[in-house]
Amino acid sequence: MASKVIQALYNDDDVLMHAVKKVRAEHHHIEEVYTPFPVHGLDKAMGLEDTRIAITSFMYGCLGLTVAIVMMNYIMIEDWPQDIGGKPSFSYLANMPAFVPIMFEMTVFFAAHLMVITFYLRSRMWPFKKAENPDVRTTDDHFLMEIGLGDNEKELTALLWETGAVEINVTEKES
Amino acid sequence: MASHYEAPIRKPLVLGDKGYHDVTVDIAAPVEGKANKHWWIVFTIALVAFLWGIGCIIYTISTGIGVWGLNKTVNWAWDITNFVWWVGIGHAGTLISAVLLLFRQKWRMAINRSAEAMTIFSVIQAGLFPIIHMGRPWLAYWVLPIPNQFGSLWVNFNSPLLWDVFAISTYLSVSLVFWWTGLLPDFAMIRDRAVKPFQKKIYSLLSFGWTGRAKDWQRFEEVSLVLAGLATPLVLSVHTIVSFDFATSVIPGWHTTIFPPYFVAGAIFSGFAMVNTLLIIMRKVCSLEAYITVQHIELMNIVIMITGSIVGCAYITELFIAWYSGVEYEQYAFLNRATGPYWWAYWSMMTCNVFSPQFMWFKKLRTSIMFSFFISIVVNIGMWFERFVIIVTSLHRDYLPSSWTMFSPTFVDIGIFIGTIGFFFVLFLLYSRTFPVIAQAEVKSILKSSGERFKNLRDAGKPLYQTPSKGSATVEKAAPKEESPEADTAKVSSLLDSIGTFDAATETADDLKKVKGIGPQMEQTLNQIGIFTFAQVSKMTEKEYDLLDSITGSFPGRAQRDDWAGQAKTLNDKK
Repeated sequence: MASKVIQALYNDDDVLMHAVKKVRAEHHHIEEVYTPFPVHGLDKAMGLEDTRIAITSFMYGCLGLTVAIVMMNYIMIEDWPQDIGGKPSFSYLANMPAFVPIMFEMTVFFAAHLMVITFYLRSRMWPFKKAENPDVRTTDDHFLMEIGLGDNEKELTALLWETGAVEINVTEKES
Repeated sequence: MASHYEAPIRKPLVLGDKGYHDVTVDIAAPVEGKANKHWWIVFTIALVAFLWGIGCIIYTISTGIGVWGLNKTVNWAWDITNFVWWVGIGHAGTLISAVLLLFRQKWRMAINRSAEAMTIFSVIQAGLFPIIHMGRPWLAYWVLPIPNQFGSLWVNFNSPLLWDVFAISTYLSVSLVFWWTGLLPDFAMIRDRAVKPFQKKIYSLLSFGWTGRAKDWQRFEEVSLVLAGLATPLVLSVHTIVSFDFATSVIPGWHTTIFPPYFVAGAIFSGFAMVNTLLIIMRKVCSLEAYITVQHIELMNIVIMITGSIVGCAYITELFIAWYSGVEYEQYAFLNRATGPYWWAYWSMMTCNVFSPQFMWFKKLRTSIMFSFFISIVVNIGMWFERFVIIVTSLHRDYLPSSWTMFSPTFVDIGIFIGTIGFFFVLFLLYSRTFPVIAQAEVKSILKSSGERFKNLRDAGKPLYQTPSKGSATVEKAAPKEESPEADTAKVSSLLDSIGTFDAATETADDLKKVKGIGPQMEQTLNQIGIFTFAQVSKMTEKEYDLLDSITGSFPGRAQRDDWAGQAKTLNDKK
């Protein structure tokens, strides 16, 4: 279904922030804001929920730690217990100090990589993915606010001009 | 609302009258421009060194490790020295990007990209040495804990050498994704500026389709923060584990508990020196003096001074503990280092690492670019000697005086070392021409608080931004039909007479940008005149084009050239 959206371009982050607040105050739904750099406080102003990606990282880290423990317990204690330097490998707990470095490294490895992969997939980024920013200037110095359009085009256009937009486009959007 | 206030006492981190677009242009310039003669000369030298190194590696692998200068007593020398040296250099990148991020140091933003690149490239060099040293590098996968054909004989998880495998590969891969994630928005910037289709394709691929939605940025910042939190203990663990290679042995001079912190401090020390070496050249060659300022160099010099002093303390502690331990072997190892046949290596190390950074106490010296560059080279040499001293002087006079000997490198040892330096510079030079060398998105985010332009505006009590005026111009745009410019009214009405007027009540506006040659700006102008539909445009002829040109005053003749009417007719039929 193609829906109509109105896109307002701004050339300053502070103007954008004021605009976002004003548009929200007028009870319009901001579909998306594209910015060239992280504008601090924008997510709060837009009413976006906090990201939970740090929690996933913690869980991946726990997974990595578990994998490390299970792996080394199987390899060093169960499958082929060796007596190295008069220190036999009878129990994981007693031999654990030697395994701490790898337990740590595997925790970090899992936490970092799986979190980044989660981030890429959740934000829909991978090689050969086509970029979806509606205007190339949004990676340079322009900020673009996209609002869904009903039959209130005139009113919304006037509002957006008022908020200090430098350009306003109305486009059909596939979705 | 985020305030952009920063204490006036802080010096600007971005010099000159720079706005957001200027940052884009400056950072895209080295990528979009052509390489100059100097780049080609340095690149050729690096490539030749690299090829020479490859030759020596092939000779080593095809003939055997015997081509190196190793002997029964000194069975570990340049290979491990170079390995530790390169790993150490690799520490500064993560330190700058992760630790300084956690401490919210804004100055890191101009240098973190290149420092991380340096980290990755130098860890690659480090990784080469253990693999070559295996003798049969095609069996390198044996270091992985995989089921194999020898029954279930596994790798030994009690060995620091195996810990190293895990530490270095985790470090390399995590640094790589940290670096790449930060690069995505900057690749996207270059992608969106690219004009050549090939360039566009490559940077689209590299940027993973980065779009810059508010949600993406929110996740991006969280991911960066968590990665920094993970990378900080990781970077400390890596050189700690490298030091375990020595500290868990029973060789006098190696078997000391001070090694982990001492190695980590030394790694940061040498890493910052290498960052200084590279960036002092790069800021000049890529004209980035406005971003990598003297203040940045000064701050790095201070880090070098502090870590150099920590390293100096560690050297002296080692001497004291050797004496205090009462262990004769330990005492002799250190006496031999300072006064034995390798005294010149020991005192080069002391001079370069402990003495030379003390010059940085003087502001005049640490803000001098030439002097900083000189000291950075001296420190790099000194840190190589440190590893050489630790490794070779501890081994060459071991427990058995009858097997005491000296070590001298062969041309193959030297060739491989030179080769890795060449390889490193090949990678770095290619990087500096194809990658955005400064994290421009991050620099833009601090521009208003730390850029000179905005600092000056703030000092002058002027606002940092101006909302585009909502005067007559806006009203005109908002309600274009009613209030066209006076002088053109006649022309406009005659134009609209012939192509028909737009009635908002019954018709809908078309996206005129679909017509080739009409951009957003032109569409705006056309809308102002009262042209909203393809039907109107399709009725335009020579006469109307001329009228349009005289009204808009921009791009005369363009409409004819692109045949707007013809295009609009097709588009209108398709509707």
